[in-house]
Amino acid sequence: MSSSPAHPAELSASHNPRDPYALGRGHGGHGAAATGHGEGGPASKRVIVSYGFWIYLLSDIVMFSAFFAAYAVLAGETAGGPRGRDIFGLGRVAIETMLLLLSSFTCGLGSIAAEKKDMRATQLWLLVTGLLGFAFLVIEVQEFAELIEQGAGPQRSAFLSSFFALVGLHGLHVGVGLLWLGTMMAQIAVKGFKPNIRRRLLCFNLFWHALDIIWVGVFSIVYLLGSGL
Amino acid sequence: MMLGKLDWSAIPFDEPIPLVAAAIVLVGLLGVLGWVTSKRYWPYLWHEWITSVDHKRIGIMYIMLALLMLIRGFVDAIMMRTQQSMAVGGAQGYLNPDHYDQIFSAHGTIMIFFGAMPFVIGLMNFVLPLQLGVRDVAFPTLNSVSFWLTAAGALLVNVSLVIGEFARTGWLPYAPLSETTYSPGVGVDYYLWAIQISGVGTLMSGINLVTTILKMRAPGMSYLRMPMFCWTSLGSNMLIVAAFPILTATLAMLTLDRYMGFHFFTNEAGGNMMMFVNLIWAWGHPEVYILILPAFGIFSEVFSTFSGKPLFGYRSMVAATLFIVVVSFLVWLHHFFTMGAGADVNAAFGIATSVIAVGTGVKIYNWLFTMYGGRVRFPTPMLWSLAFMITFVIGGMTGVLLAVPPADFMLHNSMFLVAHFHNVIIGGVVFGAFAGYTFWFPKAFGFQLDEKWGHIAFWPSLIGFVLTFGALYVVGLDGMTRRLQHIEVDEWVPWLHVALVGVGFMMLGVAAQVVQLVVSIRDRERLKDVTGDPWDGRSLEWSTSSPPPFFNFAVLPQVHGEEAYWGIKQRAIEEQRLGPEPEYEAIEMPRNSPTGIITAFFATLIGFALIWHIWWLAAVGFIGAYATFVVFAWREEEEFDVPAEEVARVDRARRAARQSWLAERGETPA
Amino acid sequence: MSREEQDVDDSAPGEEHVNAHEPAGGVRGYLLGLGLATLLTAASFWVGWTDLVWRPAVPTAIVVLAVAQMGVHLVFFLHITTGPDNTNNVIALAFGVLIVLLVVLGSIWIMAHLNHGMQMGPDEMMQHMR
Repeated sequence: MSSSPAHPAELSASHNPRDPYALGRGHGGHGAAATGHGEGGPASKRVIVSYGFWIYLLSDIVMFSAFFAAYAVLAGETAGGPRGRDIFGLGRVAIETMLLLLSSFTCGLGSIAAEKKDMRATQLWLLVTGLLGFAFLVIEVQEFAELIEQGAGPQRSAFLSSFFALVGLHGLHVGVGLLWLGTMMAQIAVKGFKPNIRRRLLCFNLFWHALDIIWVGVFSIVYLLGSGL
Repeated sequence: MMLGKLDWSAIPFDEPIPLVAAAIVLVGLLGVLGWVTSKRYWPYLWHEWITSVDHKRIGIMYIMLALLMLIRGFVDAIMMRTQQSMAVGGAQGYLNPDHYDQIFSAHGTIMIFFGAMPFVIGLMNFVLPLQLGVRDVAFPTLNSVSFWLTAAGALLVNVSLVIGEFARTGWLPYAPLSETTYSPGVGVDYYLWAIQISGVGTLMSGINLVTTILKMRAPGMSYLRMPMFCWTSLGSNMLIVAAFPILTATLAMLTLDRYMGFHFFTNEAGGNMMMFVNLIWAWGHPEVYILILPAFGIFSEVFSTFSGKPLFGYRSMVAATLFIVVVSFLVWLHHFFTMGAGADVNAAFGIATSVIAVGTGVKIYNWLFTMYGGRVRFPTPMLWSLAFMITFVIGGMTGVLLAVPPADFMLHNSMFLVAHFHNVIIGGVVFGAFAGYTFWFPKAFGFQLDEKWGHIAFWPSLIGFVLTFGALYVVGLDGMTRRLQHIEVDEWVPWLHVALVGVGFMMLGVAAQVVQLVVSIRDRERLKDVTGDPWDGRSLEWSTSSPPPFFNFAVLPQVHGEEAYWGIKQRAIEEQRLGPEPEYEAIEMPRNSPTGIITAFFATLIGFALIWHIWWLAAVGFIGAYATFVVFAWREEEEFDVPAEEVARVDRARRAARQSWLAERGETPA
Repeated sequence: MSREEQDVDDSAPGEEHVNAHEPAGGVRGYLLGLGLATLLTAASFWVGWTDLVWRPAVPTAIVVLAVAQMGVHLVFFLHITTGPDNTNNVIALAFGVLIVLLVVLGSIWIMAHLNHGMQMGPDEMMQHMR
């Protein structure tokens, strides 16, 4: 898709003062340069791709919200089995939280390095991000294995079903993110910082930060509030 | 076991109906494949359609899938109506309860997920970039993946006809009936995986179209210059993005219950089956607006075009659309008023439900005022739209009636409810889809649909629709509940016969639609659309030729007001000439890609393997899907250039056609 | 960044250049975000653990801290601002948040009523149905 408008001269026209937020309210303001708002024609590919991914992330968060709702409704239904405070180890959750937060941070540093087209720094920070994410996943799997061994698996009660499904869904996202990250690191190494690869890197950044935001919800609502139950 | 639960007992050798149906479908399919092979059409089909990422081609394929599935679902409907008029008193009819339950479940599932949804998504896909004045959707290859995943879901549902069984749980598999305790067979699993796979496709298509509308519009087309169809499509796709994840999550929970022994909705271990009903309708209610909003957009275009006037109350229409988008998320409890929430919850949702009708009411008045004082023409799209307006008001009012909780306690689960939602879905979505189909058909193929056969198709469809669902309203008020395989009450029988007669009329309508298509293809030279503007249209899709070149517009149009094309056209008529020839530049267009169909192939494999517990095959499918993704991500060239001379050649042909139209018009002023 | 990859008045979500010259941008922005997020996380765990906070207020405190931390992530990591070039991103976010709230709070409200209407938990009901 060519993003250049038919009349490039239009781009130089001044911004419409009646419409500072470029919502397109002002009539006749077609000369504004607010490409993304349709005034100057289709937005650039970078904006289109990351905006589409942004919409996807919001839909993903809505999916999580259904699992959160299920957890909120079923958290008390322990069916005589263990309650939250019997099984949640907050020390482990704190470590998981820090790992994920740090990986979000290093992912951001990777994004800054990619902005500067610094191959070594980018790969390094992405590797660190991946390792932190992997460590998070290992701890989570460990927790699940222990719980199942204690007879507190998802089949035990509705509370545990909703717990395993919600936390597991987040873990699944982290796992898929790692697969994506590995694939993308290989791609950057082979192909360098081509525009399409930089767009994907931007999307991965969004994805990884969003997973951390969801984790904030998980540790607050599932673990912290859940251990009060 | 290599094949999991799958063995020869999965094929229902003792039931002639599905076997005969399957044999007919198979023979038909082999015939088509043989014909394609003998004519050597495969390379053409592969390059021009199957791997196409052109939004127009994908939209057309969506609509072809939808038409096929509408007929498939209609066959189920005919079977249900005949069974209910035969199985009275001592007679048992020809469908045993098991089979009957599968049929009503398949009917609902197919009609909503594989009939109505692909139809509206196909129309949006085809029309949106043209109306927005751009060359494709935001993510062309993803668009192809979306379509093929939807097709994969439809395939799985139809495979269940022969291999195994379909769900007997209704179109929404209410727990705990759908749990393994009560539905141990593969029927519910077919439902789950078919809907999950096509649901992913729908979600991606929603993301794609939201991004397209918000980020890709012709220069000058601000939000409030978009045609109404773009606005309602935006609303519909926002709802897809917001609601489909809830469906995915809910069905995933049911899947976990069935496959891994979780206890979300079971009777045991604290599971709560009411949570299923709650979550599924948190998706289900927005879903009906996902379907109806694009139809509202189509009617807006049709009323304004055939009244020769701009849409009345454009801004109030926009406001009403966005109002419906938000409020559609505030009414889901009205699907289970009778489940025992207190008076305050029921009252809150009942009031919200009544209030949402205000948005629709605004639209109805706007359409009326659009026609008022206009030069109204009555071609087929307009007939469907007018029929919609009358029937939808009736359907809407029965809806408001059902929104009153005490009334709902009487009518819940009755045939009155069945009549209500068919009244709004057929009268709204299907009539809208048919209006859109006849309205944009010349744009898609370069010739119009035969008007005479269009009228012949319309009248029996409308009469049959009114007869069938009018009768069902009556039996509903008489206390008949839905989903009855056998009728015990004699007073209902005459009305059920009326409904059957209505179905007969609708069959005539369907047949006439098929004849219309055949006749129009035969007479395509007579029906040719030379100018690209057969209806005297007002939005940008009519400014390009019919069918449009694959790049839609040689030069992106400059938009200077509402009704972008109308202004350009009037100026051309006044000045008796077109605007100056633009400077043509080379255009970049996305390359075709087989990613869509390959992904769908692996998705079908995964779905089938999971239904039958063939775990190794599922693993193969996942690895294949990942490999496809990597190969796609690794490709070097995403686009190809259309040279400026080619663009100029195509556009000059269009301009010549327009110029001669202008000259003719000048000689005989209308 | 090449010119054709950048719109003048429209920013991609997560774009690094958005607040490059403000405290929320660049490496400094990420460091600030990390610090604030760590602080808020620590506060959450502390609130859950300590006896100094009035017990009934703990859930509210944890939810408030979580929302605050999500805000920190949005601003410092995802570079979501209130600037005009970010309008579309913010509107989409607001719509998403609205839906999340409706689904979660609506479900809790409805299900509380339904469970109350049942007068007993599903377990007890099974006992009665036997």
